[in-house]
Amino acid sequence: MTAPSITPPAGTSAPAEPSTSAPPAPDVAVAVRGVSKVFGRRPAEAMRRLAQGASRDDVKALGTAAVIDASFDVRRGEIFVVMGLSGSGKSTLIRMLNGLLKPTSGQVLIGGENLAATDAKQLRALRRSSVSMVFQHFALLPHRTVLDNAAYPLEIQGVGKAERREKARTAIELTGLGGWEDSLPSQLSGGMRQRVGLARALAADTDVLLMDEAFSALDPLIRREMQEQLIELQQRLGKTIIFITHDLNEAMHLGDRIAVMRDGRIVQIGTAEQILSDPANDYVAQFVADVDRTRVLTASSVMVRPAVVVPVTGGPRQASRAMREAQVPAAFVVDRQRVLRGVVHDDDAVAALKAGQESVEGIVRDAVTPVSPDTPLAEIFAPAAESSLPVAVTDDTGRLVGVVPRVTLLEAMVPPDQPQTDESVPGRQATDPTPDGDAPTDRVAADEGGAR
Amino acid sequence: MTDTLVPRLPLGQWVDWLVDWVTTTFRPLFRFIKDVLGGVYDGLDAVLASPPFWVVAIVLAVLALLAKNWKLALGSLVGFVVIAGVNQWDNAMETLALVLLSAAIALLVAIPLGIWAARNDRVSAIVRPVLDFMQTMPGFVYLIPTVVIFLTGPVPGIIATIIFAMAPGVRFTELGIRQVDKEVVEAGHAFGATPARILGQIQLPLALPTVMAGVNQVIMLSLSMVVLAGMVGAGGLGEDVVAALQRVDVALGFEAGIAVVILAMFLDRVTAALGERAPVSRALVAARD
Ligand SMILES: Nc1ncnc2c1ncn2[C@@H]1O[C@H](COP(=O)(O)OP(=O)(O)OP(=O)(O)O)[C@@H](O)[C@H]1O
Ligand SMILES: [Mg+2]
Repeated sequence: MTAPSITPPAGTSAPAEPSTSAPPAPDVAVAVRGVSKVFGRRPAEAMRRLAQGASRDDVKALGTAAVIDASFDVRRGEIFVVMGLSGSGKSTLIRMLNGLLKPTSGQVLIGGENLAATDAKQLRALRRSSVSMVFQHFALLPHRTVLDNAAYPLEIQGVGKAERREKARTAIELTGLGGWEDSLPSQLSGGMRQRVGLARALAADTDVLLMDEAFSALDPLIRREMQEQLIELQQRLGKTIIFITHDLNEAMHLGDRIAVMRDGRIVQIGTAEQILSDPANDYVAQFVADVDRTRVLTASSVMVRPAVVVPVTGGPRQASRAMREAQVPAAFVVDRQRVLRGVVHDDDAVAALKAGQESVEGIVRDAVTPVSPDTPLAEIFAPAAESSLPVAVTDDTGRLVGVVPRVTLLEAMVPPDQPQTDESVPGRQATDPTPDGDAPTDRVAADEGGAR
Repeated sequence: MTDTLVPRLPLGQWVDWLVDWVTTTFRPLFRFIKDVLGGVYDGLDAVLASPPFWVVAIVLAVLALLAKNWKLALGSLVGFVVIAGVNQWDNAMETLALVLLSAAIALLVAIPLGIWAARNDRVSAIVRPVLDFMQTMPGFVYLIPTVVIFLTGPVPGIIATIIFAMAPGVRFTELGIRQVDKEVVEAGHAFGATPARILGQIQLPLALPTVMAGVNQVIMLSLSMVVLAGMVGAGGLGEDVVAALQRVDVALGFEAGIAVVILAMFLDRVTAALGERAPVSRALVAARD
C-alpha cells in the first residue's frame, strides 16, 4: 500500500460535516467535534504537530495519538458503527463519548450538553439518565450474580429493589440468558458474559447506547440473532447506538452509517453502500474488499432505468416499435401512475398487431416478481434467474422505479476498481464524491439506511 | 579510619532531643493516650483472662470452626490445652489482648491510609518510603522512645507494635485496590456511580482477599513485636521469654516459646480462613472449578 500522501478530511461521503462551533441540530444525539486523544508525556506538543497534519507515527516520541481529530454527528435513533483494525483508536473514541476519558482537544456533546463543561455531579447524572455502555471485556462485577449485575445501573439510578430486579430480569430474558440469573459471571462462558454486559446496558434503559465490540465473543449464530435483536430494539425503542466492531460484515449489516478508522483518524464516514461503492482511499477499498457485497448492496444502489416502458393504454404497434428500437425481446408495462402491470413480449405484440387489437392490455403477462429498492442483491438472484428479463424494482405503491439487468447484478459483485494511485490523479477521491457521475440518472438516490 | 575521614554525625543526638521535646510539649496528650489505651487493654485482658480457661478455649475453638472447619477447631483446642498445661494460659491471654488491640488500631490507621494511597499517586509516593522505614527498622528500637514517652506497662509496647506492624496493612490495601480490574471500575463510572459507591461496592469487595492477606500479616507482625515488648514490661508471654533469657532457663524459655507458636498458628489460620471466605474469593474459586 502506498504511503498516504493526502490526509483526507474525515468522511468524504458523509452528509454535511458538523462545523466545530455551531450547536448541533436538535435531532443530533451525540456530537463529536474535532476530538483527539493523546496518551503520553507531551500531549500538547503532539497535538500541535497533529494539527499540522502529522500522523500517529510522526508523534510517537511525544505520546500515543490514539484518536486524531474525529468529527461526526450521530442522529437520534441512528446506529452509528465505528470500524477499524485493532489499535485504530475505537475504544479510546467511545470512552470519550461518556467522559471516561477526557479528550486532549475537541468537544463531545450529548444531547447538546458539552461534556467538558459538566462537573462531576452533572456528569454522573448524565451517565445515569442518558448514556450506557457495553464494555469490550465485559467489565462485570465478579462478586455479583447475573441478575444483580444487570440490575446494577438501576441500583445506581435509585430504582427500588423489586422494580429493578423485574427490569433486570426482562433484560436478561431479552439477551437469552433466562435461567442463569443466580449464576456468578465466573460460571459463564465468554459469550454469555458478554450478554450479561449487554443486559446490563439494556436494563439501564438510556437513550444512547455505547457498544464496544459488544458481540465479539459470541458464536456466529447467536451473534446474528443478537444483531437482529439490536436492530429490532433500535427500531422499536428508537435508541441511539454507537457500535464498535472490527467485523466488516457486522458493520455493514448494523450500521445506518459507518465510520472507518485508521491509525487514530476517521478516514471515511458513510452508509455501507457509499463505503462499498465509493471508498475514500486505497485503505478503505482494501478493507472492504472481502465484504459479502451481495448482502450489503441493495437493488436501489445498482438499478438502472428500464430501456423500454410501455404504457398499458398504448397500442401493440407502438410497443413493438419501441422494443425493436431498444433491441429487447420484451418490455415492462405500466399504467398512468407508473404502477407495474406486467410484461409484453415482442412476438405477442406482433401477433396482436396482426389480429388488429387496439391496445396491449390483452397481451400483458403478469409473470413478473418485482423486488423492493431495499432488497439485498443476494435476494435478487432468484428472481433474476426466473426469466431472461431484468428484475423489476417497485416501490411500496407498486410503481416501477427501476430495473436490475442481470449483467449489472454480476458487475455489482465485483469490487470497484481500486482507486487510481496518487501519481495520476492525486486526491481524486477526496474531490470527486460521485465517480459514477457520468450516469447519475440511472441511479435512484440511495436513501439513508438502505443498507438494510 | 572513619573517625578521621567523616565527621561524627549526631543523628542519634538529634532524635534524642526531638523525643525529649515531644515528650515535654505533648505531655497531656500522651497522658490521655496512655489512660485510654491502658484502659482498653485492661478491659480486653479481663474478658480473656477472667473466665475459666476452658470457656475461653472453647469460644476460640468455635471461632476457628466458623472461620474454617472442625479440624482447625480441634487443633486449636489441643493447642490451648498445651498452653494451659505448661502453665502459660494467663500470659497467653495477655499477649492475645495486646495483639488484638495493637493490630486493630494498626488496621484502623492502615486501611484508610492504603485506600488513600491507592487513589492518589502523590500520597502513595510519600507513604511508600515511610512504610519501608517503619518496617525495616529493628522493632525494639521503637520501644526506646515509647518507653521514654509512656514509661513502663503495656502502653509503650502497644504503641511500638502499632508502628511496627502497620506497614503491610497499608501496602496490601493499596495493592489490592490498585489491582482491581480497571474496566470494572470504569463500568461503575460509566453507569454514574459515585466514587464512594465504587469504593464500597466494587473496589473494596474485589480487593478484600488482598486486604485480608495484609490483615494476616499485620497480626503476625504484631505478635512478634508484642513478645519483644516483654522486655519493657508489657507483660504476657514476652515477659517469661525475657526472664528465661536472663536466667538462662531453657525449660521456661521453651514453654513460653511453644505458647507463642501455638498462638501464632491459631491467629494465622483463622485470619487466612477469613480471607478465603470473602464472597469474591469464593467467586474466583467457582471460576476454577
Ligand atoms: N490508557 C492508555 N494509555 C496509553 N496508551 C493507550 C491507552 N489506551 C489506549 N492506548 C493506545 O491507544 C491506541 C488505541 O487503542 P484503542 O484501545 O482505542 O484501540 P482499539 O481500536 O479499541 O483496538 P482493539 O480493536 O484492539 O480494541 C493503542 O495504540 C493503545 O496502545
Ligand atoms: Mg477496543
